Amino acid sequence: MTTPNTATNTDFVLAVEGLTVSFDGFKAVNDLSFYVDENEIRVIIGPNGAGKTTVLDLICGRTKATEGSIKFRNKELTKMKEHQIVHAGVGRKFQNPSIYDDLTVFENLEISFPRGRNVWGALTFKRTAEVINKVEEIADMIFLKDQLNKQAALLSHGQKQWLEIGMLLIQDPELLMLDEPVAGMSVAERKQTAELLNKITKNRSVIVIEHDMQFVADIANRVTVLHQGKVLSEGTMDRVQNDPKVKEVYLGH
Amino acid sequence: MSQGFRSYLPKSDALNMALLALLLVIILPMSMDIFRLNLVGKYLTYAFVALGLVLCWGYGGILSLGQGVFFGLGGYCMAMFLKLEASSPENTAIQSTPGIPDFMDWNQLTALPWFWEPFHNFGFTLIAVIMVPVIFAFIISVAMFKRRVGGVYFAIITQAVAAILTILIIGQQGYTGGVNGITDLRTLKGWDIRTDEAKYILYFVCVGFLFASLFLAQFIRKSKLGRLLVAMRDKEDRVRFSGYDVSNFKIFVFCAAAAFSAIGGAMFTLQVGFMSPTFVGIVPSIEMVIFCAVGGRLSILGAVYGTLIVNWAKTSFSESFPELWLFAMGALFIGVVMAFPDGLAGVYSSKIEPRLKALLASFRSAKPQPPAQSTPPAAPKAPVSPKPLETLETLESGS
Repeated sequence: MTTPNTATNTDFVLAVEGLTVSFDGFKAVNDLSFYVDENEIRVIIGPNGAGKTTVLDLICGRTKATEGSIKFRNKELTKMKEHQIVHAGVGRKFQNPSIYDDLTVFENLEISFPRGRNVWGALTFKRTAEVINKVEEIADMIFLKDQLNKQAALLSHGQKQWLEIGMLLIQDPELLMLDEPVAGMSVAERKQTAELLNKITKNRSVIVIEHDMQFVADIANRVTVLHQGKVLSEGTMDRVQNDPKVKEVYLGH
Repeated sequence: MSQGFRSYLPKSDALNMALLALLLVIILPMSMDIFRLNLVGKYLTYAFVALGLVLCWGYGGILSLGQGVFFGLGGYCMAMFLKLEASSPENTAIQSTPGIPDFMDWNQLTALPWFWEPFHNFGFTLIAVIMVPVIFAFIISVAMFKRRVGGVYFAIITQAVAAILTILIIGQQGYTGGVNGITDLRTLKGWDIRTDEAKYILYFVCVGFLFASLFLAQFIRKSKLGRLLVAMRDKEDRVRFSGYDVSNFKIFVFCAAAAFSAIGGAMFTLQVGFMSPTFVGIVPSIEMVIFCAVGGRLSILGAVYGTLIVNWAKTSFSESFPELWLFAMGALFIGVVMAFPDGLAGVYSSKIEPRLKALLASFRSAKPQPPAQSTPPAAPKAPVSPKPLETLETLESGS
């Protein structure tokens, strides 16, 4: 992979360069650089505390970077507010299923439909045929078509994960970030989720954080290994797995 | 068209609204003398505040302990107009400076302060009744919500604002009437508001505004914005990362609650005939939260009933045991929060309504096939869901 020389414009979807964040002196992410290609599925792995989730937090604007730049289609994200980053085309799924328990599955998906996002728009929002069709289409994709009128709190853990993925899909982001999408799922659910991810990752770039190595091998184009806030290794699954540095970090001394 | 309308006002809600209208427009005026009816009118002005709290606290999860501020500001704006009208140079000829309100004269003011001047104009006053509290709410909420201050911190700050405003009003006696407030209000554009007839009319005006506010609140609650508020209360970050600027929605609902409270305040001044800092401070603000909690913080109609019931209890109880009332009120609040977190409306929708429906159903089915009568009463137990909110929502969306 050729590395661009400076923090200038690139043809990558996402270009992270020299990214550093420090919490009271502790550098959770330290001078990190990586690039994500068009339509690439990138998996980030690493031991606990490596800074994986923090990287996603930085990209989606939840945490402010101390230094460095994050460019999404050459737009600097570090200066933008969270909702503006979403409008630019970045979607993010949280580690714990983050859905609205008191609303129905339909309403959960409807809220994520990218229209009427300001106060006036929300007041005058109409449930048009377009909205209903889109919600049904997505619900079908995430295996929840029969549950549309169910209160979201009553879904199983796996279904909640799917619902949140569905909420992202309805936004149709160009860059999708998933934080441990199969954590806490049964084997059958994992398989279904892998299928789902393969379906939804077409025509967009995806960053996934995952621990399940089998799952990673199934979906990843390339893998980035983080360790203590830095890139330890990067490349195909095979290359990374055989990297002595990675072995050392994972297996210890 | 009617499909869209139904989604904003489902049949069960429309029926409940009609029942409330029946109570307020026909039953109470027919069965009460004007003194009692005027009291009900006064209670209803608090219902505006409770209604605002349903949206702001119940739906949006933003607990404000300073709604008395907006009630008071609305009420003071109205009182300033009425006071100026009552302080015509003829009426105040004995003062050392005729033509200014009596309390200003007592405080050695010799001219009307500049901010009182525009309140000579009734049109300006009507706008100010809403806009002064809303602008104030806007400033507070922008300052807080843009900095992501929320939860308990926000509640404490609203309480501090209520305390500050009370102290300010009491301290600036010459400009505000001090601790006595603005009293001795007489006429509205020459129409005497102290007569029984005026009190009847004002009661119905108050009910009219209350229903207008109820419909507006119903519209907000049933729009996507209402669902967004629930979503924000639940998972604020998820809403933010779904592309919404969360603070704007909080600012909106806080300002809407302030506007409702302000209408209540203005109607209070008109019906009761004065406005004082006792309706601005911390205690009345917390009382309003109790009205809302007792009625059910997720139900706009519950807020009205809660306000009426608590105030009715307060009046009858404190007539016999004045010093015990505050304790009773505290006990009531604790009791409701512990036993019925969704208030009267929650009890109604989870316990009474399913039974009513079953009863209705058994009456309907009783005619063609009498044997079915014995089974339906047992059926409603099953659909009662674990969370009252769910029952509420499904019942509404189901019809």
